[in-house]
Amino acid sequence: MSNNTVPSNKPVKSTDLHIGEARPGCTKRDPILVADGVSRTFGGLKAVDVDHVEIPRGAITALIGPNGAGKTTLFNLLTGFDKPDSGSWTFEGRPLSGMPAFKVARMGQVRTFQLTKALGLLTVMDNMLLGAKGQAGENLFRAIFPFFWRKQEEANKARAIDILERFKLDAKKDDYAASLSGGQRKLLEMARALMSEPSLVMLDEPMAGVNPALTQSLLDHILNLKAEGMTVLFVEHDMHMVRHIADWVIVMAEGRVVAEGDPHEVMRNPAVIDAYLGQHHDEDLGEDPAAETEHVEAIKELLD
Amino acid sequence: MIDWGAIFSNAAVELISPTTAAYALAALGLAIHFGYTGLLNFGQAGFMALGAYGFAISTLSFGFPVWGAVLVGIGASVIFALILGIPTLRLRADYLAIVTIAAAEIVRLLFTTNTFQAITGSANGLSGYKGGFAGLNPIPEGRYGFGPFEYNEYDWWLRIVAWSIVALACLFTWQIMRSPWGRVIKGIREDEDAVRALGKNVYSYKMQSLILGGAFGTIAGMIFVLPRAVVPSNYQTSLTFFIYAILLLGGASTILGPVIGSMVFWVLLSFFSGFIARAVEAGWIPFMTSIQAGQLRFILVGVAIMLIVIFRPQGIFGNKKELAFVK
Repeated sequence: MSNNTVPSNKPVKSTDLHIGEARPGCTKRDPILVADGVSRTFGGLKAVDVDHVEIPRGAITALIGPNGAGKTTLFNLLTGFDKPDSGSWTFEGRPLSGMPAFKVARMGQVRTFQLTKALGLLTVMDNMLLGAKGQAGENLFRAIFPFFWRKQEEANKARAIDILERFKLDAKKDDYAASLSGGQRKLLEMARALMSEPSLVMLDEPMAGVNPALTQSLLDHILNLKAEGMTVLFVEHDMHMVRHIADWVIVMAEGRVVAEGDPHEVMRNPAVIDAYLGQHHDEDLGEDPAAETEHVEAIKELLD
Repeated sequence: MIDWGAIFSNAAVELISPTTAAYALAALGLAIHFGYTGLLNFGQAGFMALGAYGFAISTLSFGFPVWGAVLVGIGASVIFALILGIPTLRLRADYLAIVTIAAAEIVRLLFTTNTFQAITGSANGLSGYKGGFAGLNPIPEGRYGFGPFEYNEYDWWLRIVAWSIVALACLFTWQIMRSPWGRVIKGIREDEDAVRALGKNVYSYKMQSLILGGAFGTIAGMIFVLPRAVVPSNYQTSLTFFIYAILLLGGASTILGPVIGSMVFWVLLSFFSGFIARAVEAGWIPFMTSIQAGQLRFILVGVAIMLIVIFRPQGIFGNKKELAFVK
């Protein structure tokens, strides 16, 4: 099965993204997103506590970490869907902190969701058109007069068809999005995000619940985003996939960035192994001879 | 013996009555709120009350001309929508439902209280504000029409104006709902976070929808009081529920649904009340007094609506396909 998830073309890796040693919070040559001191607590739990992190431009960066590491919370903070307790971040040099989600999206930083949010009772085409930016017809007063927006609408439709063809959803364009399968909805969500011509695409677990055949095409699509000059940041659990397509990996655990680096290097990092398997993973807990004899005796006593 | 002719002609009268038009327009406003945007507005009666009182008070107390009185009513409803929306539209939809139902009651009680009797007429309400509207009537005096539809010049003027407004409102709603604006609105109904992630100012769109649908309700409130007097007890929560019944009957996210729904609702109501009253008189229902019979019509309308919702849950004009995906 793991072989199926390999993209059809061997991906071209971007290298030489960082300056100096690859450690948590290291400086990148050309960062698109720079975050400083971002923290968020839920009651007593510190969900995110990131001192400094930079996302390299034009590369595919994977954000990995065990469940509850704060990956999705960090996503929500960076995209304006949640408010941090402290911290600031810039996107393409412009400060983003405190900006509402819709403005973040307009600046070219578009996200998808872990649980797909296809707009069920809209057609696939309407889903796509909703993604287009700067539509004149989205103003209530201009909406009344089609001549203000008809031309733009036609252009958007042509572009939508183009993207849908790439995602092999063009045959479904007049169906309700609710009629798509789970994997097709993931594709639609990604396609819809592309309609806004983003510079940074943030994918929250794009592979969750997708069958292996579709995984392959999703991987190709992610690689295509990079080929077209977009930056990709994605959250993922599947290590095979991360190793194959990511140029850079950021590892989070307990709300902090614990390691960064090239995907092959980072998997050997003891901090990463600790984060995933626990700090005592290489000690056999059953090897305490004193405790063992004690147990055996206790059982014997019970049997008697 | 039952006079079927009278029952049917009384029912037919409701087909084009101004009250039917008023309910249709108010239901169209709710279609924008609930059917298209997914806003649970349970305070449409409040918007209607503001239209009725805004029109009547500015005519009676301040001597405004008709257009001025209409603008006052609409202005009041815009302010009402802003007051409702600013604190609640950022929250989940359920909160809007709670706030609107309470706010509509506050509006009704403010108009009922004795404190403002000089202006609002308290529980007795207001009348005598129709002069300006009747003065605009170009139809010469006399009786016109045929069969059950025979009215004097004021009644025809009122029906023509009321149904023209309904027609214009339908055209307007149809046009904006097939525009990119309508697409955003429908997207918000499906999942507002997804729409937000695509760079749309969801809060602003929801506010526009609340104001627009509320304004429809307000104009409906004005049409509603032109054939009668302004009485505060007309604006109870049950009014909102009747309008919801009409909306669901016709189809929640349709343009013609509210109009046809309102016609069906009023014709059925009139038919049942005529039929039951005469059936009691004729001794067909011996265990029932005529007072009890007066209440029975609402029960029968309720049963009729239940049957329609069970056997045609998408409403008269709704798209059956949509139901296949309702969670």
